[in-house]
Amino acid sequence: MQQPVRHAGRRLVAGIPALWLAVFFLIPFLIVLKISFSEARLAIPPYAPLITWLHGLPIPNIHLSSYAYLFTDPLYLRSYLYSIMVAAVSTLMCLALGYPMAYAIARAGEAWRTFLLMLIVLPFWTSFLLRVYAWIGLLQNDGLVNDVLLRLGLIHHPVTLLQTNFSLYIGIVYSYLPFMILPLYANLEKHDTALLEAAADLGARPLTAFLRVTLPQSLPGIAAGSLLVFIPAVGEYVIPTLLGRTDQIMIGRMLSDEFFDNRDWPVASAVAILILLLLVVPIVLLQRVERREREAET
Amino acid sequence: MSRRGVFSRTALVLGLVFLYVPILSMIVYSFNNSRLVTVWDAAHSPSLKWYGVLFSDGQVLDAAWLSLRVAVCAATVSTALGTLAGTALARFGAFRGRSLLVGMTTAPIVMPEVISGLSLLLLFVALQQAIGWPRGMGALTITLAHISFCMAYVTVVIQSRLAGFDESLEEAAQDLGARPAKVFWRITLPLILPAVLAGWLLAFTLSWDDLVISQFVAGPGSSTLPMVIFSKVRLGVSPDVNALATLMVSVVASGVVVAMVWMRRRQRRRERDMQLAAATNL
Repeated sequence: MQQPVRHAGRRLVAGIPALWLAVFFLIPFLIVLKISFSEARLAIPPYAPLITWLHGLPIPNIHLSSYAYLFTDPLYLRSYLYSIMVAAVSTLMCLALGYPMAYAIARAGEAWRTFLLMLIVLPFWTSFLLRVYAWIGLLQNDGLVNDVLLRLGLIHHPVTLLQTNFSLYIGIVYSYLPFMILPLYANLEKHDTALLEAAADLGARPLTAFLRVTLPQSLPGIAAGSLLVFIPAVGEYVIPTLLGRTDQIMIGRMLSDEFFDNRDWPVASAVAILILLLLVVPIVLLQRVERREREAET
Repeated sequence: MSRRGVFSRTALVLGLVFLYVPILSMIVYSFNNSRLVTVWDAAHSPSLKWYGVLFSDGQVLDAAWLSLRVAVCAATVSTALGTLAGTALARFGAFRGRSLLVGMTTAPIVMPEVISGLSLLLLFVALQQAIGWPRGMGALTITLAHISFCMAYVTVVIQSRLAGFDESLEEAAQDLGARPAKVFWRITLPLILPAVLAGWLLAFTLSWDDLVISQFVAGPGSSTLPMVIFSKVRLGVSPDVNALATLMVSVVASGVVVAMVWMRRRQRRRERDMQLAAATNL
Protein backbone atom coordinates (compact mmCIF):
# COMPACT_ATOMS: atom_id res chain seq x y z
CA MET A 1 0.00 0.00 0.00
CA GLN A 2 2.86 2.37 0.87
CA GLN A 3 4.43 2.58 -2.58
CA PRO A 4 1.45 3.84 -4.66
CA VAL A 5 0.52 6.40 -2.00
CA ARG A 6 4.09 7.64 -1.96
CA HIS A 7 4.22 7.92 -5.71
CA ALA A 8 0.94 9.77 -5.91
CA GLY A 9 2.20 12.14 -3.21
CA ARG A 10 5.45 12.77 -5.04
CA ARG A 11 3.62 13.38 -8.27
CA LEU A 12 1.56 16.05 -6.53
CA VAL A 13 4.57 17.71 -4.88
CA ALA A 14 6.41 18.08 -8.20
CA GLY A 15 3.27 18.40 -10.32
CA ILE A 16 1.55 21.38 -8.68
CA PRO A 17 4.43 23.87 -9.11
CA ALA A 18 5.20 22.43 -12.56
CA LEU A 19 1.60 22.94 -13.63
CA TRP A 20 1.61 26.52 -12.31
CA LEU A 21 4.81 27.35 -14.19
CA ALA A 22 3.54 25.70 -17.36
CA VAL A 23 0.42 27.88 -17.31
CA PHE A 24 2.04 31.14 -16.19
CA PHE A 25 5.49 30.86 -17.74
CA LEU A 26 5.68 28.38 -20.63
CA ILE A 27 2.33 28.95 -22.36
CA PRO A 28 2.72 32.76 -22.27
CA PHE A 29 5.90 32.40 -24.34
CA LEU A 30 4.12 30.29 -26.92
CA ILE A 31 1.48 33.03 -27.13
CA VAL A 32 4.18 35.68 -27.66
CA LEU A 33 5.71 33.52 -30.38
CA LYS A 34 2.31 33.07 -32.02
CA ILE A 35 1.44 36.76 -31.97
CA SER A 36 4.83 37.72 -33.40
CA PHE A 37 3.77 35.89 -36.59
CA SER A 38 0.32 37.41 -36.84
CA GLU A 39 -0.86 40.44 -38.66
CA ALA A 40 -1.61 43.67 -36.80
CA ARG A 41 -5.16 45.00 -37.21
CA LEU A 42 -7.35 47.61 -35.64
CA ALA A 43 -9.44 45.52 -33.28
CA ILE A 44 -9.55 44.18 -29.76
CA PRO A 45 -7.16 42.39 -29.40
CA PRO A 46 -5.13 44.21 -32.07
CA TYR A 47 -3.90 41.18 -34.03
CA ALA A 48 -5.42 38.73 -36.51
CA PRO A 49 -5.74 35.00 -35.74
CA LEU A 50 -3.03 32.77 -37.24
CA ILE A 51 -5.54 30.38 -38.73
CA THR A 52 -8.92 31.30 -40.15
CA TRP A 53 -11.53 28.75 -41.14
CA LEU A 54 -13.19 28.93 -44.52
CA HIS A 55 -15.88 26.31 -45.32
CA GLY A 56 -14.33 23.99 -42.75
CA LEU A 57 -10.83 24.37 -44.20
CA PRO A 58 -7.98 25.98 -42.23
CA ILE A 59 -6.43 28.96 -44.00
CA PRO A 60 -3.05 29.88 -42.56
CA ASN A 61 -2.53 33.53 -41.95
CA ILE A 62 1.14 33.61 -40.97
CA HIS A 63 3.06 36.82 -41.47
CA LEU A 64 6.73 37.66 -41.18
CA SER A 65 6.00 41.36 -41.59
CA SER A 66 6.86 42.23 -37.95
CA TYR A 67 10.31 40.68 -38.27
CA ALA A 68 10.83 42.22 -41.72
CA TYR A 69 9.95 45.59 -40.26
CA LEU A 70 12.48 45.19 -37.43
CA PHE A 71 15.27 44.14 -39.75
CA THR A 72 14.73 46.96 -42.21
CA ASP A 73 14.24 49.78 -39.73
CA PRO A 74 17.70 51.20 -38.90
CA LEU A 75 16.29 52.77 -35.73
CA TYR A 76 15.51 49.34 -34.39
CA LEU A 77 18.83 47.78 -35.43
CA ARG A 78 20.71 50.63 -33.79
CA SER A 79 18.80 50.18 -30.55
CA TYR A 80 19.54 46.43 -30.63
CA LEU A 81 23.27 47.01 -31.04
CA TYR A 82 23.26 49.85 -28.52
CA SER A 83 21.67 47.56 -25.90
CA ILE A 84 24.35 44.92 -26.46
CA MET A 85 27.10 47.53 -26.20
CA VAL A 86 25.68 49.10 -23.03
CA ALA A 87 25.25 45.68 -21.39
CA ALA A 88 28.78 44.59 -22.36
CA VAL A 89 30.47 47.80 -21.17
CA SER A 90 28.49 47.77 -17.89
CA THR A 91 29.51 44.15 -17.34
CA LEU A 92 33.20 45.04 -17.78
CA MET A 93 32.83 48.00 -15.41
CA CYS A 94 31.11 45.79 -12.80
CA LEU A 95 33.94 43.29 -13.16
CA ALA A 96 36.65 45.94 -12.79
CA LEU A 97 35.09 47.26 -9.58
CA GLY A 98 33.58 44.00 -8.29
CA TYR A 99 36.63 41.77 -8.60
CA PRO A 100 38.90 43.67 -6.17
CA MET A 101 35.92 44.12 -3.82
CA ALA A 102 35.15 40.39 -3.79
CA TYR A 103 38.87 39.70 -3.38
CA ALA A 104 39.16 41.99 -0.36
CA ILE A 105 36.09 40.42 1.29
CA ALA A 106 37.35 36.88 0.66
CA ARG A 107 40.70 37.76 2.31
CA ALA A 108 39.15 39.59 5.28
CA GLY A 109 38.86 38.02 8.75
CA GLU A 110 35.94 35.73 9.59
CA ALA A 111 33.92 38.31 11.55
CA TRP A 112 34.49 41.05 8.98
CA ARG A 113 33.47 38.80 6.11
CA THR A 114 29.88 38.29 7.33
CA PHE A 115 29.48 41.99 8.01
CA LEU A 116 30.90 43.06 4.62
CA LEU A 117 28.75 40.54 2.76
CA MET A 118 25.72 41.89 4.57
CA LEU A 119 26.65 45.40 3.41
CA ILE A 120 26.84 44.15 -0.19
CA VAL A 121 23.47 42.36 -0.01
CA LEU A 122 21.57 44.99 1.99
CA PRO A 123 20.90 47.43 -0.91
CA PHE A 124 19.38 44.50 -2.79
CA TRP A 125 16.59 44.41 -0.17
CA THR A 126 15.69 48.06 -0.61
CA SER A 127 13.66 49.26 -3.54
CA PHE A 128 15.53 49.07 -6.83
CA LEU A 129 13.43 51.90 -8.28
CA LEU A 130 14.19 54.24 -5.38
CA ARG A 131 17.91 53.54 -5.54
CA VAL A 132 17.96 54.40 -9.24
CA TYR A 133 15.89 57.49 -8.51
CA ALA A 134 18.48 58.64 -5.94
CA TRP A 135 20.96 59.10 -8.78
CA ILE A 136 18.71 61.68 -10.45
CA GLY A 137 19.16 63.88 -7.39
CA LEU A 138 22.91 63.26 -7.29
CA LEU A 139 23.63 63.77 -10.99
CA GLN A 140 21.37 66.65 -11.98
CA ASN A 141 22.92 70.02 -12.79
CA ASP A 142 22.55 71.40 -9.25
CA GLY A 143 23.06 67.96 -7.70
CA LEU A 144 25.61 66.72 -5.21
CA VAL A 145 28.19 65.47 -7.75
CA ASN A 146 28.33 68.76 -9.65
CA ASP A 147 28.39 70.61 -6.34
CA VAL A 148 31.42 68.67 -5.11
CA LEU A 149 33.26 69.04 -8.43
CA LEU A 150 32.61 72.81 -8.44
CA ARG A 151 33.82 73.23 -4.88
CA LEU A 152 36.96 71.22 -5.60
CA GLY A 153 37.61 73.58 -8.50
CA LEU A 154 37.74 70.70 -10.96
CA ILE A 155 35.02 72.30 -13.09
CA HIS A 156 33.82 75.89 -13.37
CA HIS A 157 30.32 75.30 -14.75
CA PRO A 158 27.95 72.47 -13.93
CA VAL A 159 28.39 69.55 -16.34
CA THR A 160 25.41 67.77 -17.85
CA LEU A 161 25.59 64.30 -16.36
CA LEU A 162 21.98 63.15 -16.48
CA GLN A 163 20.54 61.47 -19.58
CA THR A 164 23.98 60.63 -20.92
CA ASN A 165 25.79 57.33 -21.44
CA PHE A 166 27.66 58.16 -18.23
CA SER A 167 24.56 58.28 -16.04
CA LEU A 168 23.20 55.15 -17.72
CA TYR A 169 26.40 53.23 -16.92
CA ILE A 170 26.42 54.54 -13.34
CA GLY A 171 22.84 53.34 -12.88
CA ILE A 172 23.44 49.87 -14.31
CA VAL A 173 26.76 49.30 -12.51
CA TYR A 174 25.23 50.54 -9.26
CA SER A 175 22.20 48.25 -9.53
CA TYR A 176 23.96 45.09 -10.69
CA LEU A 177 27.27 45.29 -8.77
CA PRO A 178 26.10 42.83 -6.05
CA PHE A 179 25.27 40.25 -8.77
CA MET A 180 28.92 40.42 -9.85
CA ILE A 181 30.42 40.39 -6.34
CA LEU A 182 28.51 37.45 -4.85
CA PRO A 183 29.49 34.69 -7.33
CA LEU A 184 33.06 36.05 -7.45
CA TYR A 185 33.25 35.98 -3.66
CA ALA A 186 31.83 32.44 -3.54
CA ASN A 187 34.61 31.38 -5.91
CA LEU A 188 37.53 33.34 -4.38
CA GLU A 189 36.66 32.25 -0.86
CA LYS A 190 37.27 28.59 -1.76
CA HIS A 191 40.81 29.19 -3.06
CA ASP A 192 43.62 27.43 -1.30
CA THR A 193 46.19 30.01 -0.18
CA ALA A 194 48.83 27.25 -0.09
CA LEU A 195 49.08 27.52 -3.86
CA LEU A 196 49.90 31.23 -3.60
CA GLU A 197 52.47 30.55 -0.92
CA ALA A 198 54.02 27.88 -3.11
CA ALA A 199 54.19 30.34 -5.99
CA ALA A 200 55.85 32.90 -3.71
CA ASP A 201 58.32 30.29 -2.44
CA LEU A 202 59.22 29.51 -6.03
CA GLY A 203 60.05 33.19 -6.48
CA ALA A 204 56.88 34.46 -8.21
CA ARG A 205 56.16 38.12 -7.61
CA PRO A 206 52.68 38.88 -6.20
CA LEU A 207 51.39 40.15 -9.54
CA THR A 208 52.70 37.10 -11.38
CA ALA A 209 51.23 34.79 -8.74
CA PHE A 210 47.88 36.55 -9.10
CA LEU A 211 47.88 36.33 -12.89
CA ARG A 212 49.08 32.72 -13.03
CA VAL A 213 47.30 31.21 -10.00
CA THR A 214 44.35 33.24 -8.67
CA LEU A 215 42.95 34.62 -11.91
CA PRO A 216 42.73 31.31 -13.83
CA GLN A 217 41.10 29.64 -10.82
CA SER A 218 38.49 32.38 -10.55
CA LEU A 219 37.37 32.16 -14.20
CA PRO A 220 34.11 30.31 -13.33
CA GLY A 221 33.25 33.09 -10.86
CA ILE A 222 34.04 35.74 -13.46
CA ALA A 223 31.85 33.94 -15.99
CA ALA A 224 28.90 33.54 -13.59
CA GLY A 225 29.07 37.14 -12.38
CA SER A 226 29.41 38.58 -15.89
CA LEU A 227 26.46 36.60 -17.20
CA LEU A 228 24.32 37.58 -14.20
CA VAL A 229 24.99 41.24 -15.03
CA PHE A 230 24.88 41.03 -18.84
CA ILE A 231 21.62 39.09 -19.21
CA PRO A 232 19.29 41.41 -17.26
CA ALA A 233 21.16 44.54 -18.41
CA VAL A 234 20.34 43.87 -22.09
CA GLY A 235 16.59 44.08 -21.47
CA GLU A 236 16.77 46.76 -18.77
CA TYR A 237 13.83 49.17 -18.83
CA VAL A 238 13.76 51.29 -15.66
CA ILE A 239 17.38 52.53 -15.61
CA PRO A 240 17.53 53.76 -19.25
CA THR A 241 14.13 55.39 -18.87
CA LEU A 242 15.14 57.36 -15.76
CA LEU A 243 18.86 57.94 -16.36
CA GLY A 244 19.57 57.16 -20.02
CA ARG A 245 19.77 59.22 -23.19
CA THR A 246 16.57 60.43 -24.79
CA ASP A 247 17.93 60.24 -28.37
CA GLN A 248 18.95 56.58 -28.13
CA ILE A 249 16.66 54.08 -26.46
CA MET A 250 17.44 50.53 -25.36
CA ILE A 251 15.62 47.49 -26.62
CA GLY A 252 13.52 46.91 -23.48
CA ARG A 253 12.13 50.42 -23.81
CA MET A 254 11.53 49.76 -27.50
CA LEU A 255 9.36 46.76 -26.65
CA SER A 256 7.37 48.72 -24.11
CA ASP A 257 6.87 51.68 -26.48
CA GLU A 258 5.72 49.44 -29.34
CA PHE A 259 3.22 47.82 -27.01
CA PHE A 260 1.85 50.77 -25.03
CA ASP A 261 2.34 53.75 -27.35
CA ASN A 262 2.02 52.23 -30.84
CA ARG A 263 -0.28 49.42 -29.69
CA ASP A 264 1.48 47.16 -32.16
CA TRP A 265 1.32 43.81 -30.39
CA PRO A 266 2.89 41.71 -33.20
CA VAL A 267 5.95 43.99 -33.40
CA ALA A 268 6.30 44.09 -29.59
CA SER A 269 6.14 40.27 -29.56
CA ALA A 270 8.73 40.04 -32.33
CA VAL A 271 11.04 42.32 -30.31
CA ALA A 272 10.58 40.00 -27.31
CA ILE A 273 11.48 36.95 -29.43
CA LEU A 274 14.61 38.68 -30.79
CA ILE A 275 15.74 39.65 -27.25
CA LEU A 276 15.26 36.02 -26.24
CA LEU A 277 17.28 34.79 -29.24
CA LEU A 278 20.06 37.14 -28.19
CA LEU A 279 19.94 35.82 -24.61
CA VAL A 280 19.61 32.09 -25.31
CA VAL A 281 23.37 31.55 -25.58
CA PRO A 282 24.27 33.52 -22.40
CA ILE A 283 21.46 31.82 -20.42
CA VAL A 284 22.58 28.31 -21.47
CA LEU A 285 26.19 29.27 -20.64
CA LEU A 286 25.12 30.53 -17.22
CA GLN A 287 23.31 27.28 -16.43
CA ARG A 288 26.34 25.28 -17.50
CA VAL A 289 28.74 27.37 -15.36
CA GLU A 290 26.47 27.12 -12.31
CA ARG A 291 26.04 23.36 -12.71
CA ARG A 292 29.80 22.88 -12.99
CA GLU A 293 30.43 25.00 -9.87
CA ARG A 294 27.85 22.96 -7.94
CA GLU A 295 29.41 19.68 -9.08
CA ALA A 296 32.87 20.95 -8.07
CA GLU A 297 31.54 21.48 -4.55
CA THR A 298 30.20 17.97 -4.05
CA MET B 1 50.51 44.43 3.85
CA SER B 2 51.12 43.68 0.19
CA ARG B 3 50.43 46.28 -2.45
CA ARG B 4 47.62 44.10 -3.79
CA GLY B 5 45.99 44.06 -0.36
CA VAL B 6 46.01 47.86 -0.28
CA PHE B 7 44.58 48.05 -3.80
CA SER B 8 41.71 45.64 -3.21
CA ARG B 9 40.85 47.20 0.15
CA THR B 10 40.74 50.66 -1.37
CA ALA B 11 38.44 49.33 -4.10
CA LEU B 12 36.22 47.77 -1.42
CA VAL B 13 35.90 51.02 0.52
CA LEU B 14 35.23 53.06 -2.63
CA GLY B 15 32.72 50.46 -3.82
CA LEU B 16 30.84 50.58 -0.52
CA VAL B 17 30.79 54.38 -0.63
CA PHE B 18 29.39 54.11 -4.16
CA LEU B 19 26.69 51.71 -2.94
CA TYR B 20 25.64 53.76 0.08
CA VAL B 21 25.99 57.45 -0.87
CA PRO B 22 22.78 57.48 -2.95
CA ILE B 23 20.78 55.89 -0.13
CA LEU B 24 22.23 58.24 2.48
CA SER B 25 21.60 61.28 0.28
CA MET B 26 17.89 60.38 0.03
CA ILE B 27 17.67 60.07 3.80
CA VAL B 28 19.36 63.43 4.39
CA TYR B 29 17.32 65.30 1.79
CA SER B 30 14.07 63.83 3.09
CA PHE B 31 14.48 66.19 6.07
CA ASN B 32 15.15 69.20 3.84
CA ASN B 33 12.51 71.91 4.01
CA SER B 34 13.23 73.32 0.56
CA ARG B 35 11.15 72.40 -2.48
CA LEU B 36 14.35 72.55 -4.53
CA VAL B 37 15.48 69.10 -3.66
CA THR B 38 19.20 69.65 -3.85
CA VAL B 39 19.35 73.02 -2.12
CA TRP B 40 19.66 72.60 1.62
CA ASP B 41 17.39 75.08 3.39
CA ALA B 42 19.52 75.48 6.53
CA ALA B 43 17.13 77.94 8.22
CA HIS B 44 14.13 75.60 8.32
CA SER B 45 15.71 72.15 8.23
CA PRO B 46 15.61 69.47 9.47
CA SER B 47 11.88 69.31 8.99
CA LEU B 48 9.28 66.58 8.69
CA LYS B 49 7.35 68.52 6.07
CA TRP B 50 7.68 65.91 3.29
CA TYR B 51 6.57 63.13 5.63
CA GLY B 52 3.40 65.14 6.20
CA VAL B 53 2.95 65.61 2.46
CA LEU B 54 3.47 61.90 1.92
CA PHE B 55 0.89 60.82 4.49
CA SER B 56 -1.75 63.18 3.15
CA ASP B 57 -1.31 61.92 -0.42
CA GLY B 58 -4.30 59.63 -0.99
CA GLN B 59 -2.88 58.21 -4.21
CA VAL B 60 0.30 57.08 -2.46
CA LEU B 61 -1.60 55.57 0.46
CA ASP B 62 -4.02 53.67 -1.81
CA ALA B 63 -1.13 52.37 -3.88
CA ALA B 64 0.79 51.30 -0.76
CA TRP B 65 -2.27 49.41 0.52
CA LEU B 66 -2.69 47.64 -2.84
CA SER B 67 1.03 46.77 -2.94
CA LEU B 68 0.88 45.41 0.60
CA ARG B 69 -2.10 43.15 -0.13
CA VAL B 70 -0.57 41.90 -3.38
CA ALA B 71 2.83 41.28 -1.76
CA VAL B 72 1.38 39.32 1.19
CA CYS B 73 -0.73 37.09 -1.11
CA ALA B 74 2.02 36.65 -3.70
CA ALA B 75 4.68 35.88 -1.05
CA THR B 76 2.47 33.33 0.72
CA VAL B 77 1.36 31.42 -2.39
CA SER B 78 4.80 31.55 -4.01
CA THR B 79 6.46 30.30 -0.80
CA ALA B 80 4.07 27.31 -0.71
CA LEU B 81 4.66 26.51 -4.40
CA GLY B 82 8.41 27.18 -4.19
CA THR B 83 8.76 24.92 -1.14
CA LEU B 84 7.08 22.09 -3.06
CA ALA B 85 9.28 22.65 -6.10
CA GLY B 86 12.47 22.99 -4.02
CA THR B 87 11.67 19.78 -2.11
CA ALA B 88 11.01 17.91 -5.36
CA LEU B 89 14.28 19.11 -6.90
CA ALA B 90 16.43 18.45 -3.83
CA ARG B 91 14.91 15.18 -2.59
CA PHE B 92 13.28 13.19 -5.39
CA GLY B 93 16.46 12.30 -7.28
CA ALA B 94 15.96 11.86 -11.01
CA PHE B 95 12.34 11.93 -12.13
CA ARG B 96 10.58 12.44 -15.43
CA GLY B 97 10.29 16.13 -16.25
CA ARG B 98 12.95 17.14 -13.74
CA SER B 99 15.01 19.12 -16.25
CA LEU B 100 11.85 20.86 -17.46
CA LEU B 101 11.08 21.87 -13.86
CA VAL B 102 14.69 23.07 -13.37
CA GLY B 103 14.46 25.15 -16.53
CA MET B 104 11.09 26.64 -15.62
CA THR B 105 12.26 27.60 -12.12
CA THR B 106 15.58 29.18 -13.16
CA ALA B 107 14.55 30.96 -16.36
CA PRO B 108 12.19 33.51 -14.72
CA ILE B 109 15.10 34.77 -12.58
CA VAL B 110 17.20 35.92 -15.53
CA MET B 111 14.33 36.76 -17.88
CA PRO B 112 14.14 40.47 -18.77
CA GLU B 113 11.11 41.85 -16.99
CA VAL B 114 9.61 43.44 -20.11
CA ILE B 115 9.35 40.00 -21.67
CA SER B 116 7.76 38.39 -18.60
CA GLY B 117 5.33 41.29 -18.35
CA LEU B 118 4.36 41.21 -22.01
CA SER B 119 3.92 37.43 -22.10
CA LEU B 120 1.77 37.37 -18.94
CA LEU B 121 -0.47 40.15 -20.23
CA LEU B 122 -0.92 38.31 -23.52
CA LEU B 123 -1.81 35.17 -21.55
CA PHE B 124 -4.45 37.02 -19.52
CA VAL B 125 -5.93 38.54 -22.68
CA ALA B 126 -6.05 35.11 -24.34
CA LEU B 127 -7.65 33.55 -21.22
CA GLN B 128 -10.25 36.30 -21.12
CA GLN B 129 -11.20 35.63 -24.72
CA ALA B 130 -11.29 31.87 -24.24
CA ILE B 131 -12.95 31.40 -20.83
CA GLY B 132 -13.86 34.88 -19.64
CA TRP B 133 -11.46 34.75 -16.69
CA PRO B 134 -9.76 36.78 -15.18
CA ARG B 135 -12.30 39.56 -15.51
CA GLY B 136 -10.35 42.71 -16.27
CA MET B 137 -6.84 43.54 -15.16
CA GLY B 138 -6.15 44.54 -11.58
CA ALA B 139 -5.10 43.21 -8.18
CA LEU B 140 -5.79 39.60 -9.22
CA THR B 141 -3.70 39.64 -12.39
CA ILE B 142 -0.84 41.49 -10.62
CA THR B 143 -0.84 38.88 -7.86
CA LEU B 144 -0.87 35.95 -10.30
CA ALA B 145 2.03 37.50 -12.23
CA HIS B 146 4.05 38.13 -9.06
CA ILE B 147 3.54 34.57 -7.77
CA SER B 148 5.09 33.21 -10.94
CA PHE B 149 8.40 35.05 -10.75
CA CYS B 150 8.65 35.02 -6.93
CA MET B 151 8.28 31.24 -6.72
CA ALA B 152 11.39 30.81 -8.85
CA TYR B 153 13.47 32.63 -6.21
CA VAL B 154 11.84 30.72 -3.33
CA THR B 155 12.59 27.43 -5.11
CA VAL B 156 16.29 28.29 -5.31
CA VAL B 157 16.42 29.27 -1.61
CA ILE B 158 14.66 26.08 -0.44
CA GLN B 159 16.59 23.81 -2.78
CA SER B 160 19.99 25.08 -1.69
CA ARG B 161 18.99 24.84 1.98
CA LEU B 162 17.84 21.23 1.53
CA ALA B 163 21.03 20.41 -0.37
CA GLY B 164 22.95 21.73 2.65
CA PHE B 165 22.02 18.88 5.03
CA ASP B 166 21.76 15.15 4.46
CA GLU B 167 18.65 13.02 4.42
CA SER B 168 19.57 10.77 7.36
CA LEU B 169 16.97 12.27 9.75
CA GLU B 170 14.21 11.94 7.19
CA GLU B 171 15.29 8.39 6.36
CA ALA B 172 15.38 7.47 10.06
CA ALA B 173 11.82 8.73 10.52
CA GLN B 174 10.72 6.80 7.47
CA ASP B 175 12.38 3.63 8.74
CA LEU B 176 10.45 4.06 11.99
CA GLY B 177 7.26 3.93 9.95
CA ALA B 178 6.36 7.60 9.45
CA ARG B 179 4.46 8.34 6.25
CA PRO B 180 6.09 10.77 3.77
CA ALA B 181 3.64 13.56 4.58
CA LYS B 182 4.34 13.18 8.29
CA VAL B 183 8.10 13.12 7.68
CA PHE B 184 7.75 16.36 5.78
CA TRP B 185 5.68 18.15 8.45
CA ARG B 186 7.59 16.85 11.49
CA ILE B 187 11.18 16.66 10.21
CA THR B 188 11.83 18.44 6.93
CA LEU B 189 9.73 21.55 7.43
CA PRO B 190 11.10 22.43 10.90
CA LEU B 191 14.64 21.98 9.55
CA ILE B 192 14.10 24.29 6.58
CA LEU B 193 11.91 26.78 8.45
CA PRO B 194 14.56 29.56 8.37
CA ALA B 195 14.83 29.10 4.60
CA VAL B 196 11.03 29.16 4.25
CA LEU B 197 10.92 32.45 6.20
CA ALA B 198 13.80 33.87 4.15
CA GLY B 199 12.03 32.80 0.98
CA TRP B 200 8.79 34.48 2.09
CA LEU B 201 10.62 37.73 2.90
CA LEU B 202 12.49 37.66 -0.41
CA ALA B 203 9.25 37.04 -2.31
CA PHE B 204 7.52 39.83 -0.38
CA THR B 205 10.33 42.27 -1.22
CA LEU B 206 10.40 41.30 -4.90
CA SER B 207 6.63 41.71 -5.20
CA TRP B 208 6.58 44.96 -3.23
CA ASP B 209 9.34 46.40 -5.49
CA ASP B 210 8.17 45.17 -8.86
CA LEU B 211 7.42 47.86 -11.39
CA VAL B 212 7.77 46.54 -14.94
CA ILE B 213 5.68 43.38 -14.75
CA SER B 214 2.96 45.18 -12.76
CA GLN B 215 2.82 47.93 -15.36
CA PHE B 216 1.95 45.39 -18.04
CA VAL B 217 -0.72 43.46 -16.13
CA ALA B 218 -2.22 46.19 -13.91
CA GLY B 219 -4.87 47.63 -16.17
CA PRO B 220 -6.04 51.23 -15.96
CA GLY B 221 -7.75 51.24 -12.56
CA SER B 222 -5.09 49.89 -10.23
CA SER B 223 -1.65 51.29 -9.48
CA THR B 224 0.90 49.69 -7.18
CA LEU B 225 3.28 51.81 -5.12
CA PRO B 226 6.25 51.47 -7.52
CA MET B 227 3.96 52.53 -10.39
CA VAL B 228 2.99 55.71 -8.52
CA ILE B 229 6.63 56.41 -7.61
CA PHE B 230 7.71 55.86 -11.21
CA SER B 231 5.16 58.28 -12.62
CA LYS B 232 6.25 60.87 -10.03
CA VAL B 233 10.00 60.57 -10.63
CA ARG B 234 9.76 60.41 -14.44
CA LEU B 235 8.95 64.10 -14.19
CA GLY B 236 12.03 64.79 -12.09
CA VAL B 237 12.98 64.67 -8.43
CA SER B 238 10.13 64.83 -5.99
CA PRO B 239 10.97 65.46 -2.31
CA ASP B 240 8.18 63.33 -0.81
CA VAL B 241 9.67 60.32 -2.60
CA ASN B 242 12.80 60.88 -0.46
CA ALA B 243 10.64 60.60 2.64
CA LEU B 244 9.08 57.41 1.33
CA ALA B 245 12.51 55.96 0.54
CA THR B 246 13.74 56.80 4.06
CA LEU B 247 10.77 54.98 5.61
CA MET B 248 11.33 51.92 3.44
CA VAL B 249 15.07 51.83 4.11
CA SER B 250 14.53 52.08 7.88
CA VAL B 251 12.04 49.18 7.84
CA VAL B 252 14.47 46.99 5.89
CA ALA B 253 17.50 48.00 7.98
CA SER B 254 15.76 47.28 11.29
CA GLY B 255 14.45 43.99 9.89
CA VAL B 256 17.96 42.95 8.95
CA VAL B 257 19.35 43.92 12.38
CA VAL B 258 16.61 41.91 14.13
CA ALA B 259 17.27 38.91 11.86
CA MET B 260 21.03 39.11 12.53
CA VAL B 261 20.60 39.29 16.30
CA TRP B 262 18.11 36.40 16.20
CA MET B 263 20.43 34.25 14.10
CA ARG B 264 23.45 35.00 16.27
CA ARG B 265 21.45 34.07 19.39
CA ARG B 266 20.30 30.82 17.74
CA GLN B 267 23.88 30.06 16.79
CA ARG B 268 25.11 30.70 20.35
CA ARG B 269 22.36 28.53 21.83
CA ARG B 270 23.25 25.73 19.45
CA GLU B 271 26.94 25.97 20.39
CA ARG B 272 26.06 25.93 24.10
CA ASP B 273 23.80 22.89 23.62
CA MET B 274 26.56 21.08 21.78
CA GLN B 275 29.07 21.87 24.53
CA LEU B 276 26.58 20.64 27.14
CA ALA B 277 25.99 17.46 25.16
CA ALA B 278 29.72 16.90 24.86
CA ALA B 279 30.19 17.52 28.59
CA THR B 280 27.46 15.07 29.63
CA ASN B 281 28.87 12.44 27.31
CA LEU B 282 32.20 12.47 29.09
